[in-house]
Amino acid sequence: MSEVAHAADRRDAAWWIDRVVQILVLAGGLSAIVFIAGIFVFITREGAGFVFDRFDFREFFGSPRWTPTSSHNPTYGALALIAGTASVTGLAMVVSVPFSLGAAIYIGEFATGRVRETLKVLVELLAAIPSVVWGFIGLSIMNPLIIQTFDVPVGLNVLNAGVILGLMAAPIMTTIAEDALKAVPDTYREAAEAMGATRWQVTFKVVLPAARNGLVAATLLGVGRGFGETMAVLMASGHSINLPTSPFDSVRALTATIAAELGETAAGSDHYQALFTLGIFLFLVTFAINFAADVFVRGGQRKRRRRGRRPAASANP
Amino acid sequence: MFEATVQNRRNRKVEGLFRLLFLWMTCMLILPVALILGVLVYRGGPAISWEFLFTQPLNNMTAGGILPALVGTVWLVVVALIASVPVGVAAALYLSEYAPDNRLTRAINLAIINLAGVPSIVHALFGLGAFVIFFRFGTSILAASLTLAVMTLPVVIVATRESLQTVPLAFREACWNMGATRWQTIRKIVLPNAISGILTGVILEVSRTSGETAPIMFTGAAFFLPFLPQGVLDQTMAMSLHLFVISTQVPDVPEHMPFGVALVLISMVLAMNGISIAFRVYLRGRKKW
Repeated sequence: MSEVAHAADRRDAAWWIDRVVQILVLAGGLSAIVFIAGIFVFITREGAGFVFDRFDFREFFGSPRWTPTSSHNPTYGALALIAGTASVTGLAMVVSVPFSLGAAIYIGEFATGRVRETLKVLVELLAAIPSVVWGFIGLSIMNPLIIQTFDVPVGLNVLNAGVILGLMAAPIMTTIAEDALKAVPDTYREAAEAMGATRWQVTFKVVLPAARNGLVAATLLGVGRGFGETMAVLMASGHSINLPTSPFDSVRALTATIAAELGETAAGSDHYQALFTLGIFLFLVTFAINFAADVFVRGGQRKRRRRGRRPAASANP
Repeated sequence: MFEATVQNRRNRKVEGLFRLLFLWMTCMLILPVALILGVLVYRGGPAISWEFLFTQPLNNMTAGGILPALVGTVWLVVVALIASVPVGVAAALYLSEYAPDNRLTRAINLAIINLAGVPSIVHALFGLGAFVIFFRFGTSILAASLTLAVMTLPVVIVATRESLQTVPLAFREACWNMGATRWQTIRKIVLPNAISGILTGVILEVSRTSGETAPIMFTGAAFFLPFLPQGVLDQTMAMSLHLFVISTQVPDVPEHMPFGVALVLISMVLAMNGISIAFRVYLRGRKKW
């Protein structure tokens, strides 16, 4: 009896190596959690002094006066910066959401074969253009174009940054939206087509409603991208802190403020810590956006599973 | 019996209209960018020469070349790859080969999505707080590269995981049935079949890393250094930051120079992505299962 148990005990070198590797890859998996927690811990660590001593909720969210370098009375009102980010992101979404969804529908539902592959590759390449290059495009190509077309003195404004940001976010939204359309099982389309529906009827009455959650997630991730974009907004939005009243006003976004001012502050000063506080705010908002997008994607998958159908192409079942 | 009714004809017309509308929308995403790239090539092209690529900047960066920025970007990318590829591949192996469907796995997936979604300037703040100040690396290539590595980790993980999951389960089962351990299966069967897919992910990461600006601004990249970095604790110039600096911070830069830098940077990035895509298409065509 014991001899049999002994023979079955395969704890040889290969077994131990297997255990070690298992622990190593688990550590690799956990590293993602460690890093995301680390980001929060370290930016909080640098910004904590400001958050606890100086932070005034009403000033931060209610006052448009951001004058951290004032010698006698520095104020830290982030409202104008939040408005700057919101206006630029909002315009970007107005420009890019319809086009991204339209492009996703064309690529996913209408285009076939080589055309489809080519379009997908092109969209992927668009997503790869670095943000500093986009900023440079805003600065050197869009700027004179806007001055010329609309006859305004300055071309670095909400309109410029919004269009640039829209062009940047569109490929990502297109890709994710197209994935969402692809996840709708073909049986849905076949059933509708068997009833005599045309392609656009299938798309509008069957595919889009079924993919709704994924499309919302795509839009949310686009918003997150716009919200967090730094270099392009820094270079194209004109750099003046005010509450915008028209698309031709220059603004300053949250991200751009950190990028522009951090280099000139002394480590540990109020101003330095205030910039980290902006970072904490950005982190929390983007975390919420990403979390919401994930919930939407999951909700869509679960609903479909409950109906007894697995999504056709789920990346991570 | 099968005659086209008025309804059929109207449907066909509407379908055609929608098809055109969506095609137009797709073109509106791609054409403006193509046009812009054309302008970049047209105005930056004349600036590019061997001399531009391989000499030091002169006269407060208003003349001369971009050699230190090019070399600096290579340093940053290589160190970032050394740091992130092993961790990323391990994470992908865990998620694809080991992870049960439980809360921990969901948390890891959410963390990866968030790492990809956190604004680049927040990564910069993290790099400054963690690597520059807490771990005392100072503003150096090491600090900047580690920041980039954390930021681009999701690229490696996602690409590697996808490539691991294309290896059919039957391959693994056959190997397990021979008495192999999980690791033996991964090393002899899974990795060799997935390695080229992992490589395309790594190339994508190179492209991402070389274009990022915000994360390196405060962690290791300098506006102007007239010499090349000697080790990982030196500061360095970088292509992306150089473009930002000469287009916004330095007065009297001749117009063709920033266009030249932008063109070099975007060519590097698009070439990298192109290679990665071509490689992927080639692999898909060659797959035997």
